Amino acid sequence: MNKRNIIFGLLIALLLAILLSPFASPWPDGLEKVAEEKGFLEKGEVQPSFTSPIPDYSWPGIGSEKIATSMAGIIGTLIVFGMGYGVAALLKK
Amino acid sequence: MHIPDGFLSPSVWSIAWLFSAGGLAYCVKKVREILKDKMVPLMGVMAAFIFAAQMLNFPVAGGTSGHLLGGVLAAVLLGPCAGAIVISCVLVVQCLIFQDGGLTALGANIFNMAFVGTVVGYFLYRVLAKVIGGAKGIMTGAAIASWFSVVLASSVCALELALSGTSPLKIALPAMAGVHTLIGIGEAIVTCLVIGFVLKVRPDLIYNYQEEK
Repeated sequence: MNKRNIIFGLLIALLLAILLSPFASPWPDGLEKVAEEKGFLEKGEVQPSFTSPIPDYSWPGIGSEKIATSMAGIIGTLIVFGMGYGVAALLKK
Repeated sequence: MHIPDGFLSPSVWSIAWLFSAGGLAYCVKKVREILKDKMVPLMGVMAAFIFAAQMLNFPVAGGTSGHLLGGVLAAVLLGPCAGAIVISCVLVVQCLIFQDGGLTALGANIFNMAFVGTVVGYFLYRVLAKVIGGAKGIMTGAAIASWFSVVLASSVCALELALSGTSPLKIALPAMAGVHTLIGIGEAIVTCLVIGFVLKVRPDLIYNYQEEK
């Protein structure tokens, strides 16, 4: 992969995260829905063992839910890119 | 299907952690041997793409949504071991930064999505791609394997819920597999769109492309 390919791929991921994530379906996902219907959802309502910096893909303290989601998406995409690239680079050594 | 804390019993999540840690150790060893230069940035790009795509929940029937798993997609391009590492990176960031999936359940989530969904899915893809052959084999294999990987991973998730005493297998399994047969269709569509695009512009990025051809 040359630089152009990398930038192109990363750009697509960032565009998805910025432009589309605020419009993702708010409905519960498969497991959540099953938990709700089969009556074990409350089992998951335990105190989290630690505090995540950006819980539920929403940047804290931003009024607009859509912008908060986009921001979380940008940060997450960049972190995961760095981590995937970094791990691969370490393994290549 | 990111399992939150509380759904799994300590014995189930700790055993899942052991399996995942062992699996990742094996993958790290394997990837060190086979990693090609062009795969290094591709692992970053795939992780970024799959993370972003996993934010995009699409509606399926009955007030339920689903999103890409991306395991077969990652493995078609990177092979099963690097694919499993990429999916694990995504799951770790989702858990630690976005509170998506519990910390105790992270081992189970890695087991279900990075190993069942990615590695097992990859081998089904490989068989189908070989039998059918050519670009058609890659596309058909990716479509069927990606659908199947989602259904299988959700079934294993149901099994873990049952073993934990959270929901009996005869209830959890049909419910989880049922809804994921629908979510799997979305998985197959997105996987084929991306693989089709890669086949058109950079077919050499497909893992073992020379062999598959």
